[in-house]
Amino acid sequence: MRPRPATTTSSCRGLSNNVSGLHLLTIEEAARRLAARETSSLELTEACLSEIERTDGEIGSFLEVTADLARKQAKKADARIAAGKDIAPLTGVPIALKDLFITEGVRTTCASKILHNFVPTYQGTVAGRLADAGAVLVGKANMDEFAMGSSCENSALGRTSNPWNTAYVPGGSSGGSASAVAARQALGSYGTDTGGSIRLPASFCGVVGLKPTYGRVSRYGVIAFASSLDQVGPFATSIRGAAALLGAVAGHDPRDSTSIDTPVPDYTSGLGSDLKGVRVGVPKEYFIEGLEPDVEARVREALAKLEELGAELVQVSLPHTEYAVATYYIVATAEASSNLGRYDGVRFGLRTGEEQGLAAMYGRTRDQGFGDEVKRRIMLGTYALSAGYYDAYYLKAMKVRTLIRRDFIQAFERCDVIASPTGATTAFKFGERSGDPLAMYLTDVLTISTNLAGLPGMSQPCGFDSEGMPVGLQLIGKPLDEQMLFKVGAAFEDATDFHTKIPTSVAA
Amino acid sequence: MSKGETQRTELDYVLEKWEPVIGLEVHAQLLTESKLFCGCSARFGAPANANTCPVCTGMPGVLPVLNKRAVEYAIRGALATGCKINPVSRWDRKNYFYPDLPKSYQISQFEKPYCEGGEVSVDVDGETRHIRLTRIHMEEDAGKSIHEGNSEYSLVDLNRSSVPLLEIVSEPDLRSAVEAAAYMRKMRSILRYIGICDGNMNEGSMRCDANVSLRPRGSETLGTRAEIKNMNSFRSIERAVNYEICRQADILDAGGKIVQETRLWDADLGETRSMRSKEEAHDYRYFPEPDLLPLVIDDDLIEKVRARMPELPDARRERFVSQYGLSEADAGVLTSAKELADFFEQALAEHPNSKAIANWVMGDIIRLANDAAVDSEPDFSKIPCSPVQLAGLIRLIDDGTISGKIAKDVFGKMCGTTETAATIVEREGLVQESDEGKIGEVIDTLLAANPDKVAEYRAGKEKMLGFFVGQVMKETQGKANPGVVNKLLKEKLTD
Repeated sequence: MRPRPATTTSSCRGLSNNVSGLHLLTIEEAARRLAARETSSLELTEACLSEIERTDGEIGSFLEVTADLARKQAKKADARIAAGKDIAPLTGVPIALKDLFITEGVRTTCASKILHNFVPTYQGTVAGRLADAGAVLVGKANMDEFAMGSSCENSALGRTSNPWNTAYVPGGSSGGSASAVAARQALGSYGTDTGGSIRLPASFCGVVGLKPTYGRVSRYGVIAFASSLDQVGPFATSIRGAAALLGAVAGHDPRDSTSIDTPVPDYTSGLGSDLKGVRVGVPKEYFIEGLEPDVEARVREALAKLEELGAELVQVSLPHTEYAVATYYIVATAEASSNLGRYDGVRFGLRTGEEQGLAAMYGRTRDQGFGDEVKRRIMLGTYALSAGYYDAYYLKAMKVRTLIRRDFIQAFERCDVIASPTGATTAFKFGERSGDPLAMYLTDVLTISTNLAGLPGMSQPCGFDSEGMPVGLQLIGKPLDEQMLFKVGAAFEDATDFHTKIPTSVAA
Repeated sequence: MSKGETQRTELDYVLEKWEPVIGLEVHAQLLTESKLFCGCSARFGAPANANTCPVCTGMPGVLPVLNKRAVEYAIRGALATGCKINPVSRWDRKNYFYPDLPKSYQISQFEKPYCEGGEVSVDVDGETRHIRLTRIHMEEDAGKSIHEGNSEYSLVDLNRSSVPLLEIVSEPDLRSAVEAAAYMRKMRSILRYIGICDGNMNEGSMRCDANVSLRPRGSETLGTRAEIKNMNSFRSIERAVNYEICRQADILDAGGKIVQETRLWDADLGETRSMRSKEEAHDYRYFPEPDLLPLVIDDDLIEKVRARMPELPDARRERFVSQYGLSEADAGVLTSAKELADFFEQALAEHPNSKAIANWVMGDIIRLANDAAVDSEPDFSKIPCSPVQLAGLIRLIDDGTISGKIAKDVFGKMCGTTETAATIVEREGLVQESDEGKIGEVIDTLLAANPDKVAEYRAGKEKMLGFFVGQVMKETQGKANPGVVNKLLKEKLTD
């Protein structure tokens, strides 16, 4: 079916509330207008805040809207621009952060009861770099608790709906970051991706979402889920916007030993060329049984478009793909079981049961503070690391991880970028998978291998299914070759109009 | 049960039948300025929680960053004990819950430590024993829980959280409590020599756990062991291990079996008691620390550290023998502590009489250090006399200005002051009298007053000479040169 045009009328539209239309701008267009002094950061910020005010009751992207802070930052950005000094690509641009980014003085909850009252006393690297660049923080976005989930239904603190149809989930875990951008409540946002947590919600919400190479962006100040897999990345309504967002936060950080110490290229340059000489690998294992026909059709159309733009399609094989989900749920849960030990009620966050002694305090605090999925993963991970089971589970998983990484190395001998669907399906309805953890885990089957291999992966809009829900095209690159993803993505975006489609709930 | 006097005999009896097999795990806090994984000060003694930051308090979202200086110190430790350094080692997480462990895991090295092997020689009763090391690894310390009185709460001080430690694990090569304590002393001496640990057991910057088991004399198989914790002095090590040897022997002699367990030494009660059994042992769920890269120690770094290695105790002892003509035993005493050996060599630089200085250092100086002992361990950092002062005193003896007897008095007056021996001798008129005329006058008076004793001497009772020497010294307030006194007395008595 054809995508709905942006002009479709909607009963909930409140035109008078947001006449400027500035919230609809791409980041690159907003930056151009700011630099040309055609608009101010405060105007952009007010447009986003008023859109949040108007629609977030229904969509629920945000756990906290930082309106006062945003206005203050916008005014400072405007002063910077007026002075003509220290102007960075994101100076004055309103953005949102997933609520696991540590923001000094701004409550950071991980969508968990155990951190419901946690206000960090230090600044994380991503929030710090954005503040230094003059970006404007409009709010902290909802997510699956501790980034564990694929639908955003595991948030303990709020419900986020898909802006395209509020009966559907936005995807997860970075659901609020994706929905905020799709609903034009912020021009861009950041999330984290451990097994698909940026790409899947980007796909479900019809926006661009990128998970960079492991180590490209500092994890200092990112509340950890699975340390060897977690990676920070942007959401935007355009490839160029995503490129600008990545450039603002990428680069070595002495506070993160796993961050990569290589120069950060200008990701926004050199985009817009054709794809002559680019070999696009199509992995047969990613066109699996269970792939929705609409999804397969849109992705095949996208592949044809890439070919039309000059790319050469080559068949590749990633033979260990079938073990990826099992491997992931051992490695990720093992690390999580250790990472989440610090939520013990001793120093911060929720504490209950202290009158009954130390053991009871630990037990009660963690029982009441963590949701079911978090508890499930802590138990899985604890089991996998236990004496007598370590070799059979964790060690084995590490070996399979090596094989999965090797699959990609071999595939990239034959191609420059790999293309596939992001999710096997489009967004599903609330409750459809939340009763069946295994079905939920399988949602990430096409994104997980990228994390296990540490590679960059991106999802961008490539059409809609028969219900009008967005379909995502996934591109996977070589280590540190985010530029290739942007190059292919920009060529596709320039040749199509999917990214210009807007949910009907958004004020035009 | 009173262990006081009876223990010695009980232990003797036990040791006839059973051979103790002991291995030590020594924890040594590295003397770095900052902590192992953050920039906080690692110094002891700050107000509670003053030396903390988001990283060492385990706040959400923080990451560890390795202190390179700690790695250099650790390499020094490896070189000093002849360990083989692994070019690539790994950090692991050791997971357990405790309020003073903020992340709920300790970053340590489990699967692949940074070094393995090595050996330390220990002298016990004139015999040199070579104690093999299994491994040394780096790890971060936990914080400290403070349980005060009967209060309903405990307090946590995280100043120590993430302070760098070396864990030095020996093979089960030790055979007695005395050897265990001697090994610990030697280890402390080495760590102090290379300047990577202050070795203060009472401040907890050096601690150890002991694995103790018994086997019948002549047997080569290992018995079931118990791990003894909480020994915070050399005396504790000796007492705890001896207690444990007797405890295990009692059980074995009664036909019982040793339970593999962790036991806590209680210095007040003088006994070990069960802390947790093997079944209750923690499952630490070790796995590779994903927040840190593998630890790479290349040859360049090792050579850089080696080039700055100070002289080690064993090498210094050999040098003292060959360079200063000291006996092995004396050289061993003088080099047992770096401060003592430094004191000796600094005094020697002022006045080159190695024998005399060695005797003074091994006598009066060590006595002073013993007087200032903390927990029966001499403290050589608080000697109330400088090497220059001691050298000045010995110079006065050697040039005949004062007698050895007067020197003892001068030494006593000099200690705790900054005065030189010469100043004291001059002020108090203690210069030795060597004038034969003056001494002769005293002798003449003395002989004249004691004709009977002179007669006894001349009749062959040579012991009387001592009486006359004593009288002359008394008459001269000890200032008479004993050599001159002897010579003149003999001349005048045989006249």
